[in-house]
Amino acid sequence: MTKHTLSVLVENKSGVLVRIAGLFSRRGFNIDSLAVGPTEHEEFSRMTIVVNCEEHPLEQVTKQLNKLVNVLKIVELEPSQAVHRQLMLVKVRADADTRSKVLEAVELFRARVVDVALDAVTIEATGSHDKLEALVRVLEPFGIKELVQSGMVAVGRGGRSITDRTLRPVEQRTA
Amino acid sequence: MTEHTSSTPAKAPADPAPTEPGSQAGARTQPGPSPLDIAAAKQPVTKPSPSRPAPSPPAAAQPARQPVKQTVTGAQALVLAMEKVGVDVVFGVPGGAVLPAYDPLLDSEQIRHILVRHEQGAGHAATGYAQATGRVGVCMATSGPGATNLVTPLSDAYMDSVPVVAITGQVASSLIGTDGFQEADISGITYPITKHNFLVTEPGDIARTIGEAFHLASTGRPGPVLVDVAKDAMQATTEFTWPVQFDLPGYHPVTRPHSRQVREAARMIIESRRPVLYAGGGVIKADAAAELRDLAEVTGAPVVTTLMARGAFPDSHRQHLGMPGMHGVVAAVGALQKADLIVALGARFDDRVTGKLDTFAPDARIVHADIDPAEISKNRHADVPIVGDCKEAISDLAAAVRAEHEGGREGDYSDWWAQLDGWRERYPLGYDEPDDGTIAPQYVIERLGKLAGPDAVYVAGVGQHQMWAAQFIGYETPRTWINSGGAGTMGFAVPAAMGAKYGLPDTQVWAIDGDGCFQMTNQELATCAIEGIPVKIAIINNGHLGMVRQWQTLFYNERYSSTNLGDRKTEERGGTRVPDFVKLAEAYGCIGLRCERAGDVDAVIEQAMAINDQPVVIDFIVHHDAMVWPMVAAGTSNDDIKYARDLAPEWDPDEE
Repeated sequence: MTKHTLSVLVENKSGVLVRIAGLFSRRGFNIDSLAVGPTEHEEFSRMTIVVNCEEHPLEQVTKQLNKLVNVLKIVELEPSQAVHRQLMLVKVRADADTRSKVLEAVELFRARVVDVALDAVTIEATGSHDKLEALVRVLEPFGIKELVQSGMVAVGRGGRSITDRTLRPVEQRTA
Repeated sequence: MTEHTSSTPAKAPADPAPTEPGSQAGARTQPGPSPLDIAAAKQPVTKPSPSRPAPSPPAAAQPARQPVKQTVTGAQALVLAMEKVGVDVVFGVPGGAVLPAYDPLLDSEQIRHILVRHEQGAGHAATGYAQATGRVGVCMATSGPGATNLVTPLSDAYMDSVPVVAITGQVASSLIGTDGFQEADISGITYPITKHNFLVTEPGDIARTIGEAFHLASTGRPGPVLVDVAKDAMQATTEFTWPVQFDLPGYHPVTRPHSRQVREAARMIIESRRPVLYAGGGVIKADAAAELRDLAEVTGAPVVTTLMARGAFPDSHRQHLGMPGMHGVVAAVGALQKADLIVALGARFDDRVTGKLDTFAPDARIVHADIDPAEISKNRHADVPIVGDCKEAISDLAAAVRAEHEGGREGDYSDWWAQLDGWRERYPLGYDEPDDGTIAPQYVIERLGKLAGPDAVYVAGVGQHQMWAAQFIGYETPRTWINSGGAGTMGFAVPAAMGAKYGLPDTQVWAIDGDGCFQMTNQELATCAIEGIPVKIAIINNGHLGMVRQWQTLFYNERYSSTNLGDRKTEERGGTRVPDFVKLAEAYGCIGLRCERAGDVDAVIEQAMAINDQPVVIDFIVHHDAMVWPMVAAGTSNDDIKYARDLAPEWDPDEE
C-alpha cells in the first residue's frame, strides 16, 4: 500500500466534513491525515486528505467523492509535483543542563521555540512528515511531554491553481 | 420534449439560453429548468394519462413561464415550489414540526395529499409512483420518528436509484441540537442513503432548495433527496420568486458518451464470438428500451435482463435469454459466464448477478456503459468504459455497429446461438407440482401473469414470491415490473403498489406479496380503501418466511429456526390463518377472497379482476416446501448453478 495525497475542493457549507469523512469510513478506507481550511474564495474550502491504499481502491474512492454534490474538484498531488507541509508543536523536558542541547536540535531542524518554562520548552516545527519524524527521534531522549500535529496540507508546484477551472464544469474521471 | 425523461439529465456545459429546458444544469449561476417543461416532460409516455380530478400539470404550470415574485410564508413557498416543479401527489403523515406545510397544502388545487398510515408507506408509495411513471415521487413526514420512519424507504430508493424527494419538518432552528421534542438529525442519519440532502433554516432558501432537490433526484443517476425544513423557517415570511437560481457548483452529471469509446465497443461487438448484452435497471431509468431493442436487433446478440431490468426487453423476443443471477435461468447465467464479451448497459455487476466475483465470466472482456462513473470498474474491471446516459450510449452504440456493417464487418454468433439454444431447450424454467394436492405458488403467479397480461403492472415484495414473479410472468414493456431489488425491503409491495396505482389509475396494478412481507405494511390497505386507490393484492401465503426457510432447508440441515409464521394447527393445511387475511382485508374496507385449490385459481383471479372500485386481497394458500430454482448459492461461482436440487447443468455435453 502507498500513501496518496488528495486535494479536495469543496463547498464551504456545514456538514461537508461529515459527508466526506463518512464516505471514507463507509467504503472501508482509513484516513491517515485530514486538514481543512478556507481558500482564496470564501465560498470554497479545501481539504487535504492522506490515504493509505492501492491504486484501484483509490480510483474508486475518488469517484465516490466526486459524486458528493458539495465536492467541486479532486486532485491527487504527486510527492514530486507538490509541496507537502505539516505543523507540529512539541513540548520537551529541558532544564538548565539539557536546554542548550535541545536548542541545538531546534537550530539543526530550523524549528523555533515558541514557549519556555523552567523545566520545558515548546517547539514549533513545520516540514514534511519525514522531517518531523526525524526531529521527534532527536528530541525523544530528552523526554517528550506533549506532542500535537496538524494534518498534512499540500499544494501543487508551478503557476496553476486548483480553482482555475472550477467555475467551469470539470470533466469527471472516466475509469 | 416528450422524449425528455427524469433520467435524461441536463447537459453539463453552461448554455447561454436559460429558458431552454434541459440545458442549464451545469453552471452555478444558471436558473433551473422551467417548471412547465418539467411538468410536461414527466408525463408518462407509454401509459394512458391519469384521469384524476386534480388539474393536469401542464395547465397548472402554465403561468410559470412568467417570472413570479410574491410575499408568502416559508410554508407557502414550499408548496408553491412543489407546484412549480410539477408535483401532483404527496404521500405523507403530518405532525408538529411539519404542520405549517400542511396548512397551505390544504389549499393547493394541483397537489393531492394522500394520508398514509405509516411514514414507511409514504416512502414506498413515492417509490412505486416514481417507478411506474418515471416522475419524481414525493413523501412528507414530521420530525423525529416521522422522519426516521422514512429511513427504510430512502435506503430502498437509494439502492435502486429511484427519483424520490422526501420533505421533513424539523424542530425550530433555535431548538436544533438541544434534544428538543421529536428532534432527530435526519439529514445526518440519511447522509449514506440519499443522493444528497439539505437542512433548511432560512425561509428564503426553501424554494431554491426544492428546485435543487427535484433537479438532483431526477437527473444524472436518479436517487432520493431529503429536504429537512426547520419549523420556524416555514412560519417566517419571505419573498417567493420563480424560477430559482440553482447553487450546485459541484454537480455536473456526464450524459454524452465518448465517441471513441463507443466506436471501440462496437468493434469489440463485431469481433466477439460470444457476446451478451447485459441490461440493468438503468435502461428503464433512461427510457432506453426502444434503443436496446434496436441495438439487440442490429447486432443479433443475446440479451439478459436483470431483476431491475425486467421489462426493458420483451420476454417474448427470440434474443431474450431471461434473467441472470442467483435465481436466473440457466441460459442467462451460462451466457454471462461463458461469454467472451459482456456489454453492460446501466447495470452494476451486483453480487446477486455475478456470484463469486473472481470466478465470474472468466473469458469475457467488458464494455460498461453507465451514467455513474463510480459504477464503472467498481466490481469488475471495464476494458471499455462508457460514461453517459444509457439512452444516448445505446443509440450511439447501435449507430457505431451499423457503421461497422457498412464497412463490411459483421459479427458471427451462429455457434454461440446454437449453444445458447441448447441450454434454453435443456434447462427451461419449471417447477414441481406438490403431491399433496396443495397449490404450487409458482402456478398462482404464472396464471396471474397470463390472466392479467403484459399490460398490467406487477409489484412484488421480497423473497420467494418476488423471484417467482420475476421468473414466471412475461414482461413486455418497461415499468410493468416494480420491486425492491438492491435493498430487498420486505413490506415494499403494498405501499409501492398503492403509489403505482395512484400514478397509473387506468392500469391494472397487482401486488404479489408474501404473507411475511404483507404483515409488515398492510396498514396501507386502509389508505387504499379510503383514498380510492383500487390495488389488487395476491398474497402467496405459505405460512412461512419462505426464502429464509429455503436457505434453512438447503444450508442449515432443515432446522427451521423462527421461520414459521403460523401455528401447528394450520401448518398441515399450509398458509397462516393468524391473522385471517380475508377478514383483515374486509376490516380495512377491501374485498377479501381466499383460494385453496389449484382448480379455483383462475376463477378467483378473474373475480378480482372484475372489481375495479375497491382494493381486493386474495389469500392464496400455497404449498410451503416449494423452492426457487435455479439457484446459485451465495458466495459460490455461477458455474455451480443448480437448476433443481442437486442437479447441475452440463454446459457442453459434447465435451463430456
